[in-house]
Amino acid sequence: MPIDQSLVGRSFPPTGAFEVTEDRVRAFAEATGSSYDGGPAPATFPIVLAFDAMNAFLEAESLDLFRIVHGEQKFAYERPVVPGDVLTATLSVASLRQIGGNDIIGTTSEITDHAGALVCTGTATLVHRGGE
Amino acid sequence: MEPRSFRVTRADLVAYAGASGDHNPIHQDEEVATGVGLPGVIAHGMYTLALAARYVEEQVGAGQLVTFGAKFTKPVVVPVDGTEVQVAGVRDGDTVKLTVTCEGVEVLRGCKATLRG
Repeated sequence: MPIDQSLVGRSFPPTGAFEVTEDRVRAFAEATGSSYDGGPAPATFPIVLAFDAMNAFLEAESLDLFRIVHGEQKFAYERPVVPGDVLTATLSVASLRQIGGNDIIGTTSEITDHAGALVCTGTATLVHRGGE
Repeated sequence: MEPRSFRVTRADLVAYAGASGDHNPIHQDEEVATGVGLPGVIAHGMYTLALAARYVEEQVGAGQLVTFGAKFTKPVVVPVDGTEVQVAGVRDGDTVKLTVTCEGVEVLRGCKATLRG
């Protein structure tokens, strides 16, 4: 069943506070064959926050994660993420269209720090593969 | 920039699922992946993008990116015995354009980093 167009423009509640620790950054770096000796987190680390926000969005809309394929991802960085940051992500739906039985969902996740300052904006295109 | 090749195994995808929180079973379970019309277990698009980011950051330093992103145009299928992803970058001033391929097929489109000036 196609996703309702009324979703466009909606903002979802911010995710719970996420504390960036050296251990989390190291685990992320090592999973991609890299290492971590302190300093800024890898550039794609903020996806952890964006993904958290996406999961909450999927759950709120009763969409199955296994039907989701990532179509596009962009980040715009105000500053690098570093250990000690306490971050939250707020997802909003920017666009929605249907192509060949799939829903193409454009989302924007604003990642802010403890003080409310913008750290990074993630924009994602999610392809929701339609069921029978 | 010197092209590089990165090995990707299913164990890496499991580790990445844990580190990123993306436990979508299409990245671990053959049956679920083929059940939604995919050719097999595929790497997280973000896994491939993380490799491209790592390639750039290892050359320009961490924390130097202003923007980064790509379109995920083809899946990186990861068979039981793993696969290789090739990354090559061309730097022009503050911009690095990246070509990312697997088995000779471009898997990311418009992969680009802009760097702090």
